[in-house]
Amino acid sequence: MKLDLSGLQSFPSIPGSAVDDLGEDLFAAPSFQLPACSDFDGFQKDAIQMVKPAKGTTTLAFIFKEGVIVAADSRASMGGYISSQSVKKIIEINPYMLGTMAGGAADCQFWHRNLGIKCRLHELANKRRISVTGASKLLANILYSYRGMGLSVGTMIAGWDEKGPGLYYVDSEGGRLKGTRFSVGSGSPYAYGVLDSGYRFDMTVEEAAELARRAIYHATFRDGASGGVASVYHVGPDGWKKLSGDDVGELHYKYYPVAPTPVEQEMTDAPAA
Amino acid sequence: MAIRGNWMYENNGGTCVAIAGADYCVIAADTRLSVGYSIYTRDYSKICKLADKCVMASSGFQGDLKALQKNLAAKHLIYQHQHNKQMSCPAMAQLLSNTLYYKRFFPYYTFNILGGLDSDGKGCVFTYDAVGSYERVGYSAHGTGAGLIIPVLDNQLKSPSPLLLPAKDAVTPLSEMEAVDLVKDVFASATERDIYTGDKVEILVINASGIRQELMELRKD
Repeated sequence: MKLDLSGLQSFPSIPGSAVDDLGEDLFAAPSFQLPACSDFDGFQKDAIQMVKPAKGTTTLAFIFKEGVIVAADSRASMGGYISSQSVKKIIEINPYMLGTMAGGAADCQFWHRNLGIKCRLHELANKRRISVTGASKLLANILYSYRGMGLSVGTMIAGWDEKGPGLYYVDSEGGRLKGTRFSVGSGSPYAYGVLDSGYRFDMTVEEAAELARRAIYHATFRDGASGGVASVYHVGPDGWKKLSGDDVGELHYKYYPVAPTPVEQEMTDAPAA
Repeated sequence: MAIRGNWMYENNGGTCVAIAGADYCVIAADTRLSVGYSIYTRDYSKICKLADKCVMASSGFQGDLKALQKNLAAKHLIYQHQHNKQMSCPAMAQLLSNTLYYKRFFPYYTFNILGGLDSDGKGCVFTYDAVGSYERVGYSAHGTGAGLIIPVLDNQLKSPSPLLLPAKDAVTPLSEMEAVDLVKDVFASATERDIYTGDKVEILVINASGIRQELMELRKD
């Protein structure tokens, strides 16, 4: 299976004939450097455990009457350490398509950026926007070619194209599913519970956004690897728009305000002797 | 960590910190290089100046760091030849992210922080994991002493998340002098409790007038 190495091209204007010893390493045919060891899989397992790359964790998206809602938390963890509470997990591929990040942060960031480049090249080559089907297929093919090498990507591609709203789930095992409702990440079971019980096809944009917000909040409440800020985006016929970004700590007190308990006996200060 | 027959990495310890301000950026790293319980040298710089307004500090495996610094310096030189100008800090940030990801299957064992001024002259700090995921933040710390330092920085510098909507203003309230003092304090504290941090701390301050360097002594035990 031929690996997709387009991510490694650096597009410089190389005078092809001027390659000498100095430039050889930099201008050689791009390929991922691989370790020279007998046990590649063992090495990958050990290296990833040592390096502990940042992982991201609760995302969801669903299609409804008015388009697609995409929501995510913003926590990144390196092992048990919270490396960031402000990670952008909803990646803006272009003005009418969004991608979500779950799994390895570097893997998602790099391949989504690569997908954005490919989508733009498609637009320039074909004089029309790429469909959500096409974009998700591009990404799925790339990830399939790296299957088994340890990439960790669980992403949803959401957008609005000529056929209307589109939503695909793509992962690093090579899977690609078309669907109307997905949640991905360690907090997804909790998000599914809230999302599935509250979902109706004909909701207004505000109702759908509130459902998504609650689902993310509940996932952050129960899953230690999710937290931070719950962001909610809406993709409509004119492209995506960020609807809200709320700190989940504050959402907690908004949904479950602290009721003041009645005091039975007021304590008064003792008079100064 | 267990030493296997052909395991190619080692952790040289150390800590690095960066703080971004309204019109300055402070980057600091200690100068101790260790392997296991031995100190190999007390005088090793973990900071590298990549461009006029862009400095990188890293902790982890210093062998990989040297290779990474040379790689970036070469790419920067090519950029300067092609574009007739220095790379801006955000551009260098993405270059570093890509460079780290190109070794996704044989990672650089370095935890990097990039600091400098963006094109508007505002301080910026970019923090990375070992395989290239990055984010622009107001402050960051990496290395063996990071667990001791980050809570203090969170307490002093934490600002509303950039993801909040409606957006809340998030300027680091500290002045340049206060930020440098904070960095000195956190290193002194981390040195007390982390065996891999100590000897000296090298502090670089980047502002509109250039890059200023300071060396402060730390406990050598």
